Amino acid sequence: MKKLILFFISCLFFFSLAANTSTITLWHSYRGLEEAALQEIAENFNNSQTDYKVELLSVPYDAFANKLTSAIPRGNGPDMFIFAHERIGDWARSGIIDPLDPESVKLMKDRVVNTTLNAVQYKNKYWGFPLSFKSLVLFYRTDMLPSPPAMTKDLIVTAKRYTDKSRGRYGLAFQATDVYFSAPFLFGFKGGFCLNTPTANDTTPACIDNPGNIKAVQYISDLVNKYKIVPEEATSALVTQLFNEGKVPMVINGPWFMGEISKNVPYNIALLPTVSETGEVLKPFLTVESLIIANHEKTNIKGVKAFANYITDAQAGKIRALKGRQAVATKEVYKDEEVSADKFLNVFRQQAEISVPMSNLPGMRMVWEPMATAMRKVIRGADTSDHALSAAMNQYKIFSQTPPEGQDPLIYILIMIVAALAGIIYIVRQIRKYSVFKSMKTMPAPYLYVLPAMFAMILLVFIPFAVGTCVAFTAHRAGNYSFVGFSNFISILFAQDFPVTNPLSFYFTLAVTVLWTAVNVFLHVTIGLFFALLLREPWLKLKGIYRVLLIIPWAVPNYITALIWKGMFNRQFGAINGLLIWLGLEPVSWFSSFWTSFAANVTTNTWLGFPFMMITALGALQAIPRELEDAAAVDGANMFQRFWNITLPLLKPALLPAVILGSVWTFNMFNIIYLVSGGEPDGGTEILISEAYKWAFQRQERYGYAAAYATLIFIVLLVYSKTTEKLGKGK
Amino acid sequence: MRERTLSKSIFINLVLILASIAVMYPVLWVIKMALTPAQGFSLSANPIPDTISLSNFADIMTTKDANGGWLFGRQCLNSIVISAATTLLGITLATTAGYAFSRFTFPGKNIGMKMFLVSQMFPGVVMAIPLYILLDTLGLLNSMAGLVLVYSTTAIPFCVWMLKGYFDTIPKDLEEAALIDGASQWTIFIKVIMPLAKPAIVVTALFSFMTAWNEFILAATFLGDERAFTLPVVLQQYVGSYSTEWGHFAAGAILVSLPVMLLFFLLQKHLVGGLTAGGVKG
Repeated sequence: MKKLILFFISCLFFFSLAANTSTITLWHSYRGLEEAALQEIAENFNNSQTDYKVELLSVPYDAFANKLTSAIPRGNGPDMFIFAHERIGDWARSGIIDPLDPESVKLMKDRVVNTTLNAVQYKNKYWGFPLSFKSLVLFYRTDMLPSPPAMTKDLIVTAKRYTDKSRGRYGLAFQATDVYFSAPFLFGFKGGFCLNTPTANDTTPACIDNPGNIKAVQYISDLVNKYKIVPEEATSALVTQLFNEGKVPMVINGPWFMGEISKNVPYNIALLPTVSETGEVLKPFLTVESLIIANHEKTNIKGVKAFANYITDAQAGKIRALKGRQAVATKEVYKDEEVSADKFLNVFRQQAEISVPMSNLPGMRMVWEPMATAMRKVIRGADTSDHALSAAMNQYKIFSQTPPEGQDPLIYILIMIVAALAGIIYIVRQIRKYSVFKSMKTMPAPYLYVLPAMFAMILLVFIPFAVGTCVAFTAHRAGNYSFVGFSNFISILFAQDFPVTNPLSFYFTLAVTVLWTAVNVFLHVTIGLFFALLLREPWLKLKGIYRVLLIIPWAVPNYITALIWKGMFNRQFGAINGLLIWLGLEPVSWFSSFWTSFAANVTTNTWLGFPFMMITALGALQAIPRELEDAAAVDGANMFQRFWNITLPLLKPALLPAVILGSVWTFNMFNIIYLVSGGEPDGGTEILISEAYKWAFQRQERYGYAAAYATLIFIVLLVYSKTTEKLGKGK
Repeated sequence: MRERTLSKSIFINLVLILASIAVMYPVLWVIKMALTPAQGFSLSANPIPDTISLSNFADIMTTKDANGGWLFGRQCLNSIVISAATTLLGITLATTAGYAFSRFTFPGKNIGMKMFLVSQMFPGVVMAIPLYILLDTLGLLNSMAGLVLVYSTTAIPFCVWMLKGYFDTIPKDLEEAALIDGASQWTIFIKVIMPLAKPAIVVTALFSFMTAWNEFILAATFLGDERAFTLPVVLQQYVGSYSTEWGHFAAGAILVSLPVMLLFFLLQKHLVGGLTAGGVKG
């Protein structure tokens, strides 16, 4: 393999010498038509000149930000990358990206739509070449609706005509509980988050409980609950499905939706309507996809500028518009005959003029979670609009607290040195006491057997963890870490801002996590063991087939199956409620209350997790000679007695590791919570690890705080293993 | 009770058939989405596909790299090599360590055992960036070797504990007999213990393989070249920021899970064996 890589590298080197071409890399996460258009442009660029060669790398969106923040500070990043503009503020503060030079700024001012250039502005500098923009518009099926309504009053009247809840038909579909999709209403009622004013800066607090937002949230709730024209629990999948099946004539969605509409569905798009009550137009958020310069010493600025010049000109812009189906930022493109004849591109262009560029300030990032929680609460009828939004404002204040001030680390360093010395003395004494070195000499075999594995573990698990734990004693601010002692731990463990019953509380989340772990492990082991016992009968003919069928949940990537389970738990369209209705029971709104939401998570995770336990048990069962059971059967022990008194005790040594490790894994099983309940209701079903992720990546970038959370998780698990150890010895 | 009665046979088969249906039901949607050319996420009550088209499979299997090479094949190979190497390395290191922990009493044994357990308690959230820096320093970034090492250390603790637990159930008489016959420690380990531990080795092998086979976050972060990507990374590329190409994702998910099922199908005959079929009686 290494030889092959060397060969490739030398080939590349040879070619680059021959043509004197320098390679510039571009990371993106485009798919489908957008990717094809980008590939074509890169190819054209490479053929048009010999100085630079652009190489594209498509990085999965989920790993994109992570990869950038790991790679760029180490000098391994790309020369440039394409991303939406709203992260520009974070990255600029962390020093990961470079601003445009005056020459480029001048060029962009001539070339691109003004709103798009404003969007990439942060602290009086421009941090990206605007390529294209995305915003929500109104999609409607032309076979159902000849022309779209221009006012919300008409929209409600029209929508009512199509609504027939018993047959699963609605007048309008959009993800009402998602802040991005509801934002047009917030701005339409003169609300918003106060972050789009020219004077707003890093310290500007967002406003959430303003009168406009209160009215807007009430209005959205009315659309769902009073007029009943919008489906509750509308996920992106449900919206697509209703539209494709002709069960809804109107949908609020973005340009990506065009790729999801079935080929045979006739549709058109229109500008969002005007709110009849306020006379304001519904304004969606505008996101601007930009070419951003990575800031590290290897970045080839000249090459990036050459490519930016090429991709933002009219010719490449036309390829992006017509082949990539993008609403491009380059003004010149819209003068082209073919582009101006394209009704879709023109509507997107017009909607961009009446939109609100999403703020790239840190305040914006912290708005999403409290706002979404409030909206869900109001829409499911658990709270009034004004009360829920003022609660959201309080939550925002907690998230936006300034990280603790830096402290002088001297005293801590002294303590550390003393502790380290004490540790070394202790270890040396232990080694002497048990004469480890002597036994290494007299009995080297076990040490030789263990050493390779131990060495790998220390290098790749313990060292990174030690480094990670150090972060827990720091606060992260704009790419800099300052030492803060135990502040993070103190504010987690002795939080003053909310009671213990608040889902944000460490103790509340800990209780949920412990419950989550206990229930899951119990079910995994019981079900897994049950099937393993059934599957060991030697005469069972289809054993091989059953076994393979039953491990399928483990084999299929859980990203997709977890989402299918979420769909099955949908209030109105899910298979589970379908089954309940068929059995003559009341349908359940699974994600509206803690216990049902928790049950949905547990069901999904049990489905995913029992096969592993089954396989482990199947293996472990082979260690038990069945003669013992047979002897007991002859002595008249019944099936249960034989299992409890013979099989289980013999199984224990081989099964216990799986149980202990299974509980440790379940304790940190983050993606099922994230994908199925998403913490609903109101963050109640979050577990510790998902809270840690939220602090690190969704609220502020409080890496120190998140690391402190992780360290506490580690300590909790350590205590747990101590207790199991005692239990194991007790028996 | 091991004899087969008709009622017992019917009961067991019935339970297993019902369980298989319950297990397969959500997976039918994956198959439906994979066979439907549209890229939407299917939620309808009926998981039977309306149309059958292999276009999604064709799309993802015929990708080409910049030089016109067969990208998917290359990425498949990466996945197989990385997962196989992880399994081999993991099993090698874990069987020896598990054996030592099971058969010897030596100073440091308890601490050593605990360290393997403790390592599983470190939440990934604090590990990713230090790990990146470490691999970069070692020059193992962007290489298969780096990933194999990381995956092996993820898998080893379970393997060590599982194998230790299983070795504990193997009677020591066998080794003592072999020792009297003049076999060396190493010969006993290879010739006597390993064949007896087959079921546990199968379980740990499958586990190590799966650890490497399905991981995408670290792979996507550490690898910097499309030709070096593994299949889960390729699969995750279909999940966009705004929407996901579900047809492609589902087809990919099926392709990714087939080798696992095949591997399990081939390995499962070794799950049965161990003590009763092994050396104790003979």
